Amino acid sequence: MKFQSQLVAKPYFIFALALFAGQIAFGLIMGLQYIVGDFLFPYIPFNVARMVHTNLLLVWILFGFMGASYYLVPEEANIELHSPGLARLMFWVFAAAGVATILGYLFVPYAELAKLTHNELLPTMGREFLEQPTITKLGIVVVCLAYVYNIGMTILKGRKTVINMVLITGLIGLAVFFLFSFYNPSNLVLDKFFWWWVVHLWVEGVWELILGSILAFTLIKVTGVDREVIEKWLYVIIAMALISGLIGMGHHYFWIGPGEYWLWLGSLFSALEPVPFFMMVLFAFKMVRERRHNHGNKIAVIWALGTAVMGFLGAGVWGFLHTLAPVNYFTHGTQLTAAHGHLAFFGAYAMIVMTITSYAMPIMRGRPQGNPRSAQRLESYAFWCMCVGMLGITLALTVAGAWQVALQRIPEDGQALGFMVTQQKLIPMYWARLVFGVIFATGLLGYFVSFFVGSGSEIEKQNNSLDRYPAHNPEAGVCCGSCGGAS
Amino acid sequence: MAEQFTKSMARNIYYGGGFATFLLLLGLTFDTMLELPERDHRENITDSVVKGKEVWENNDCIGCHSLMGEGAYFAPELANVFDRRGNANEEGFKGFMQAWMAAQPLKVEGRRQMPQFNLTKEEVINLSDFLIWTSRVNDNNWPPNKQG
Repeated sequence: MKFQSQLVAKPYFIFALALFAGQIAFGLIMGLQYIVGDFLFPYIPFNVARMVHTNLLLVWILFGFMGASYYLVPEEANIELHSPGLARLMFWVFAAAGVATILGYLFVPYAELAKLTHNELLPTMGREFLEQPTITKLGIVVVCLAYVYNIGMTILKGRKTVINMVLITGLIGLAVFFLFSFYNPSNLVLDKFFWWWVVHLWVEGVWELILGSILAFTLIKVTGVDREVIEKWLYVIIAMALISGLIGMGHHYFWIGPGEYWLWLGSLFSALEPVPFFMMVLFAFKMVRERRHNHGNKIAVIWALGTAVMGFLGAGVWGFLHTLAPVNYFTHGTQLTAAHGHLAFFGAYAMIVMTITSYAMPIMRGRPQGNPRSAQRLESYAFWCMCVGMLGITLALTVAGAWQVALQRIPEDGQALGFMVTQQKLIPMYWARLVFGVIFATGLLGYFVSFFVGSGSEIEKQNNSLDRYPAHNPEAGVCCGSCGGAS
Repeated sequence: MAEQFTKSMARNIYYGGGFATFLLLLGLTFDTMLELPERDHRENITDSVVKGKEVWENNDCIGCHSLMGEGAYFAPELANVFDRRGNANEEGFKGFMQAWMAAQPLKVEGRRQMPQFNLTKEEVINLSDFLIWTSRVNDNNWPPNKQG
């Protein structure tokens, strides 16, 4: 760590992980509700559990992005963060708004919440993922503006590296496209059309820039590969992400009202969307193969490689599986969509946050060469547990989705089974999903425990393993890789 | 990557390609906005349809159901519920909706339950009008059959 102000990232990472735990708890509740339909009814109806599950995801990923930015931007810009005080204040504002909103979902009936928060003044509630009361959305805007301002000023004053420039472009995009959440016309088709300008242009657009820059930063640090090489790859990857992803939004416009040419455009461009993710896999493995030093934080390297692979599988392969219009006609809105959503979000975004957390948290805790070996060993079990758990969830939902299509979608009227009857038939697959969900939760628990593993003497030993850095100046003290690209 | 492919070439592809694609998206969006009125039949969005969308949103219906395939996958698709349950008869559909909404939750043990939302008769009519309007949007003939 080069700058004191990077430490503001710490509470962001910790809080992100706490929310992640909540997300998984509600995921398990829903997994059971899919099997035992009236589980916890009427105390936690499915829609409430789902809101909590998806909104916690959104908020913890944002916390993760913020932590990542506050950690890496000063180091890249080679200057202290513009305002650590503002970053600390915004942490509390965002945390309070997030917690209050989740408690509102859980303890106030939704219609009541809409009334209490005067949704009628500027109606924005009741749309998937954008369920937050309008006042919360305004809070998110304030937090994002302060965040983008703080990061932007730091970059303006300091070095404008490619990683910083790509990251700030992504962050500005994130803030700008969120504004579409305030546009809620009474025409449902227009509503849906621009709803995707938040949802798609986030996750298949600007978030990929944020993902790319965090991955590139981590790889520079843990491999010591020349930043020129890494930056070239970063540019090509995000170029492909934007070129395929922007018009690729057409795959959401097939069946919600827009005209027929979207069937062609959406299929064609979104068929290219796996390309940037595939390049990310090549990139990550090539950089690790050509590494100039062996960083002591091995688990951070594994997370970085894992992000590339799982992101490619989830966003790339499982996305392509149902993105062509003739296929999507039958699979749209089935469990296949859920399968893709789970693996893509985990692989690309949950894992990149855990990558930077695994790299940066030990450094912020005075362990520049990573956590002690025992902790890393536990963390790598946790890594595999979560990856296997999520792949199992995805496969179970994929089989469920295919079966659903076969029973409910493909047969003609009269022959096709109804939705509720079909769901009954899928219960074995929902059991499999729940079992893998429990495996995932076990992995997450192990991940949390790994933060507390390792004795003082073990940490001391790890910190003094300077021989890992033959290329660097040992007199400079214990190395964390921070100088890896800064020279 | 090959040496002759330089970082500045990569940068130009990113800025040039990203910008050009975004312009294309804006152009296509503009064209879609011109085309939509004929496909969404906005002339039929009455006060009741507008209010129905508010009822839909204020009760987070999307948290369990899907609408044109988007939303949650826990409960049936509703963009075509008028075709499925209404037999092309608006009055019949509204009668069904009044009875259905009043009967919730069904309390069949182990079955997925829909909460009781305590909607007024007027609100159920609004909601029905919203769903009837939605069922008539030109959505390229989705879903494949009545079951949604």
